Amino acid sequence: MSGNIIEIRHLRKAFGDHVIFSDLSLTVKKGETVVIIGPSGCGKSTLLRCLNGLEPIQGGTIYLNGKPLEYGRKSLVKIRQKIGMVFQNYDLFPNMTVLQNILLSPVKVQKRNRREAKEEAEQLLEKVGLREKADAYPDALSGGQKQRTAIVRSLIMHPDILLLDEITAALDPEMVHEVLDVVMELSRNGTAMLIVTHEMAFAEAAADRVIFLDGGRILEEGEPQAFFHSPQTERARRFLSAFTYSES
Amino acid sequence: MEGYEVIFAGSNFIRLLSGLWVTVRISLISIGFSLIFGFIVGIAMTGRSPLIKALCRVYLEIVRMIPQLVWLFIMYFGVTRMTGLNLSGEAASVIVFTIWGAAETADLVRSAFQSVPVHQFESGRALGLSQFQLYFFVILPQAVKNLFPNIINLATRMIKTTALISLIGVTEVLKVGKQVIDANRYDAPDAALWVYGAIFLMYFAVCFPLSLLSRRLTERKE
Repeated sequence: MSGNIIEIRHLRKAFGDHVIFSDLSLTVKKGETVVIIGPSGCGKSTLLRCLNGLEPIQGGTIYLNGKPLEYGRKSLVKIRQKIGMVFQNYDLFPNMTVLQNILLSPVKVQKRNRREAKEEAEQLLEKVGLREKADAYPDALSGGQKQRTAIVRSLIMHPDILLLDEITAALDPEMVHEVLDVVMELSRNGTAMLIVTHEMAFAEAAADRVIFLDGGRILEEGEPQAFFHSPQTERARRFLSAFTYSES
Repeated sequence: MEGYEVIFAGSNFIRLLSGLWVTVRISLISIGFSLIFGFIVGIAMTGRSPLIKALCRVYLEIVRMIPQLVWLFIMYFGVTRMTGLNLSGEAASVIVFTIWGAAETADLVRSAFQSVPVHQFESGRALGLSQFQLYFFVILPQAVKNLFPNIINLATRMIKTTALISLIGVTEVLKVGKQVIDANRYDAPDAALWVYGAIFLMYFAVCFPLSLLSRRLTERKE
């Protein structure tokens, strides 16, 4: 068990009669960057949402650092400090400045000293190139700046793992890069991450392991190099070929 | 005596003002209670329980369907007789206006909360905020911004509607006006226009600042 940040065993998730996962197992090791790819509606986002309790699960167990997740209110609050999540939609709170957004959770949830948290927030903002935006409101930020802020807002909690749910999907192409740079840096520094993305080049560069999900099942799993250049399944081949344009 | 002289004759103007005070007092107390109960019901309406939601909906619809005057009669003549309770006209008014105001406030609160995007709730939860923290720091400030102008509009509607309570014997500004006119029926037969004109200005003086405030808040929002 040791070394596994997340271990999912026999996960079952359904919305009413609509089964998303009937039996899904997956682990993320310490310091590992795992990228999940797959067609829309294959359950990628749902999987991330199950991990931090935004979606109730119908069966199986999710272990965080070897301990099974509990879904009571109190334990969820604890879990969510350990599992950071950034969403596709710009989800900063519009009524707060960048700094206030970042400090809300460490100060109110983790009860950390405000001054100490503020120092760390400023360091993190510096790292993602947003030091001078600390007092700006989200309205005044570009999409890329918002997402970098959202990443900082998760990082300051010192999570054991970061879940990134298509965080560049709503961005203008020019801004995708600045956000992925930040994620790449995190990956290099050994932050455990579970990433859902449609950016294949980024997936190949950042991933330690790629998981191809379709129809609620893991169809293929492996090293990025191997997966992207010689996928084993016909389904994965077809999926990947959609990302490279060639005249037929 | 000329009609306009009636307004300031004797203690007439003071009486009108004290009538206005009754209007304002009843309005303020009712609005205060309406906000308290309206927020509670409104938040309940955004909750998960379908039963509570349905009950709130029924409450709101019933209150809206029946005219305020009928509610006043039911409360003042009906409920008091039935229960043997001795309610003053003013108390009955406050109860009726609170029942009405709370229902309207609740609906405004509900729609203000529902206008906050779902992902605001989710990202708040994902940060580990408790339900209370989520509402207090994130959702409420966003909802209130949309809510404020609407609440003020409701308040002016309530102030104007208090004119009805003269019909259950509360001596508010309109009732005082009528007494003044009646007392001067022979000396100044055209006093009605002047006295009601003065009352018109009094309502205006109370409601217009609120209307201005509401406009200011709406503009700042945009």
